[in-house]
Amino acid sequence: MVKLDSKVPAGPIEEKWTNHIFNMKLVSPANKRKFDIIVVGTGLAGASAAATLGELGYNVKAFTFHDSARRAHSIAAQGGINAAKNYQNDGDSVFRLFYDTIKGGDFRSREANVYRLAEVSGNIIDQCVAQGVPFAREYGGALANRSFGGALVSRTFYAKGQTGQQLLLGAYSAMNRQINLGKVKLYSRREMLDLVVVDGVARGIVVRNLITGEIEKYSAHAVVLATGGYSNVFFLSTNAMNSNATAIWRAHKKGAAFANPCFTQIHPTCLPVHGEGQSKLTLMSESLRNDGRIWVSKIKGDKRHPNDIPEEERDYYLERKYPSYGNLSPRDISSRSAKEVVDEGRGAQGQEAVYLDFRDAIKRLGKKVIEERYGNLFEIYQTITGENPYEVPMKIYPAPHYTMGGLWVDYNLMSTIPGLFVAGEANFSDHGANRLGASALMQGLADGYFVLPYTIGNYLASEKPELVKTSHPEFDKTEENIKNMINQLLSIKGKRTVDSIHKELGRIMWNKVGMSRNEKGLKEAIEEIKTLREEFWKNVNVVGKNEDVNQCLERAGRVADYLELGELMARDALNRNESCGAHFREEYQTEEGEALRNDEEYAYVAAWVFKELGDWELVKEPLEFENIQLATRSYK
Amino acid sequence: MEEKKLNLTLKIWRQPAPDAAGSFQEYKISVSPDTSFLEMLDELNNELESKNLDPIAFESDCREGICGTCGLVINGHPHGPLPKIATCQLHMRNFKDGDTIWVEPFRAKAFPVIKDLMVDRSAFDRIMEAGGFISVNTGSVPDGNTIPIPKDIASEAMDSASCIGCGACVAACKNASAMLFVSAKVSQFALLPQGQPERYRRVQAMVKKMDELGFGACSNTYACEAECPKGISIKNIARMNREFIAAKVKTEEVDA
Repeated sequence: MVKLDSKVPAGPIEEKWTNHIFNMKLVSPANKRKFDIIVVGTGLAGASAAATLGELGYNVKAFTFHDSARRAHSIAAQGGINAAKNYQNDGDSVFRLFYDTIKGGDFRSREANVYRLAEVSGNIIDQCVAQGVPFAREYGGALANRSFGGALVSRTFYAKGQTGQQLLLGAYSAMNRQINLGKVKLYSRREMLDLVVVDGVARGIVVRNLITGEIEKYSAHAVVLATGGYSNVFFLSTNAMNSNATAIWRAHKKGAAFANPCFTQIHPTCLPVHGEGQSKLTLMSESLRNDGRIWVSKIKGDKRHPNDIPEEERDYYLERKYPSYGNLSPRDISSRSAKEVVDEGRGAQGQEAVYLDFRDAIKRLGKKVIEERYGNLFEIYQTITGENPYEVPMKIYPAPHYTMGGLWVDYNLMSTIPGLFVAGEANFSDHGANRLGASALMQGLADGYFVLPYTIGNYLASEKPELVKTSHPEFDKTEENIKNMINQLLSIKGKRTVDSIHKELGRIMWNKVGMSRNEKGLKEAIEEIKTLREEFWKNVNVVGKNEDVNQCLERAGRVADYLELGELMARDALNRNESCGAHFREEYQTEEGEALRNDEEYAYVAAWVFKELGDWELVKEPLEFENIQLATRSYK
Repeated sequence: MEEKKLNLTLKIWRQPAPDAAGSFQEYKISVSPDTSFLEMLDELNNELESKNLDPIAFESDCREGICGTCGLVINGHPHGPLPKIATCQLHMRNFKDGDTIWVEPFRAKAFPVIKDLMVDRSAFDRIMEAGGFISVNTGSVPDGNTIPIPKDIASEAMDSASCIGCGACVAACKNASAMLFVSAKVSQFALLPQGQPERYRRVQAMVKKMDELGFGACSNTYACEAECPKGISIKNIARMNREFIAAKVKTEEVDA
């Protein structure tokens, strides 16, 4: 029986982290160079962790499957990064950011972690400024802020529409400095395929060299996974093509508990699917909803051109259902409502899409104002769709975006496998059942710059782990297993392409484990995924050989993992007999169709322990809310 | 809706390994005009895979024009014929039914071909490791607002910083020069107060590394700016040259 110990320090919430830092054991400067640390992933969390650990004096081996560390998907985050600086003097504080995050997460995150996140948020901005991140400025030279995601204060810092890129380049440059100094060694084009666990402790990793196919073994005193989220289980998502679950999934199968896998945020403002060949979904800025009106035809199967549909035959469903929030209703509500009208057969021109219309805004404000506000977004839309949004309403639809679930970690960001730390989107912490806008970047950098460097030091000083050499039989065994899996994939030689199976899985996930779920659908999904998994292992065709650049093999390994993770996501959703945040169970809603949380029975983190495929043990971490009172979210 | 498909002939560079001979192979494909260029390659690869043929190796990741992973030379233009977009943002509606499209990898001595349309651009990382950073330790920095930066300077630094490191500038240049890339980073830090202490050391280290790695000199044809998906200005090159000369003078003073 796995026991979850969150290791949350005692004492008032404002003092927990400070006291914890003081109580943690330190590694003496002279001894730091005796410790090796592996960091997998070089996004915001990974690169900032690698840089800071290297700077402290540890020997860091950083791994990325990209050609360059600068390509990590953190680069694509546009909006901004939150920090409780209160530069605007508008009432922000550490406590308010903490409060907003807990409430936004619908009371399914751990208070102590979230408070710490808010507490270090200000330091992140200072750090990035010092690195030369070109944040937007006011005329007087001070940092500029904007409000974001419905927050009532302006706490979001930004660098044009490229905040993620600039923050990542900051972390990447900090890491480059350590590479230059010889403290970080970067291994690019390597994909982690397994974790090596000896005597119950994480001792290293096994990776595939994506150029030569060679299986390589690396050992260390501690391993950090910062490998991002798993939205690509849906096939179509806003995630980059290569984002995947393999590293965390294989670690899960080696004993790391997987927490809240069913919490996936669906972003309402994305470009809709345009055809069978579509590879991913592009996110449009949520800011469009400030002036755009969302509607569909009142008539089912209406294939008319939107400009030919008269006013009285349009259903502005968000304004109708949520008169006070209207088109600015929160992400989960807006997404779900769009799916409802499409399911009724009222999607835009029969497609899975709804209209986002600027006609009235242009009439009210003039084209020039709209151009100033949204011009570049309109251009992006026109480049992709070939339609002019000044003349024809945009089509949008929700898409899987961010996964709040991930490997379970304690307050020190250590998983249930000692020596295995998990950071950023790859872990489950901080966002609960729903993530606020501009909080993902904050968490990645908080973990990497300001949490792990302390807590890993404490682990090394107090546990004094021995370095297990890569000649240890467990390394060989792990390598052998990986080689067997690769050979098996290459030898099936069936009739289905990897993508066709991935797409089929994506449809099951989207329809039955997506924006809204019910018991019947989830049970069906579990069976369908099992069947598809059998089909995959019998009938997939992985072309080529291992000893070469083989992108087909790379995708096949990832899809193999999605076919297992997908089942766990469905099981987790089935277990959670309540609606909260991004998790909407149709059986649990109020008469008005609002999410109905059940704090009596489900105020816990659902951590799943792998026993064998199809068989998981559920371990619960009860959540206690001592500083913020449990309350219902309302948007009416 | 009845959709008109485009029938295209693709001439794609196939090269099994870095030291193997490469050649253009012909493929016929029929695609929707709404498909993106990379999605068309996905479709083609799916077809190849179902015939048990080796799919075309190419790289892409975000497919939103920001990660810098993709980059093909299409009909002679890095990232294709349209200005200021990455390959992933190019859609097939920009081609005509019956077109023949030539697709090849970025070609530069410093970017060796790995396979088919994949090239090794790690030389860019070597340049960045040589000095593309500000030496500051984590955790003990001053409050962000104690370093005021005028809005126009911050915006100018931001323009330089928006380089996505895709390498199109190198592919576009007849000398395969990396000047636009390197100068963008040098400029960003040269403009900001945080970059001043290492200003001269940085430009010298980065230029030295750039030369070592086999990139050519600036060809003064402005092809880099024309093909850059982010519209990075060649003003950066001018700034880098000034920085470099200033660094020479300073270093001599220091040395003397």
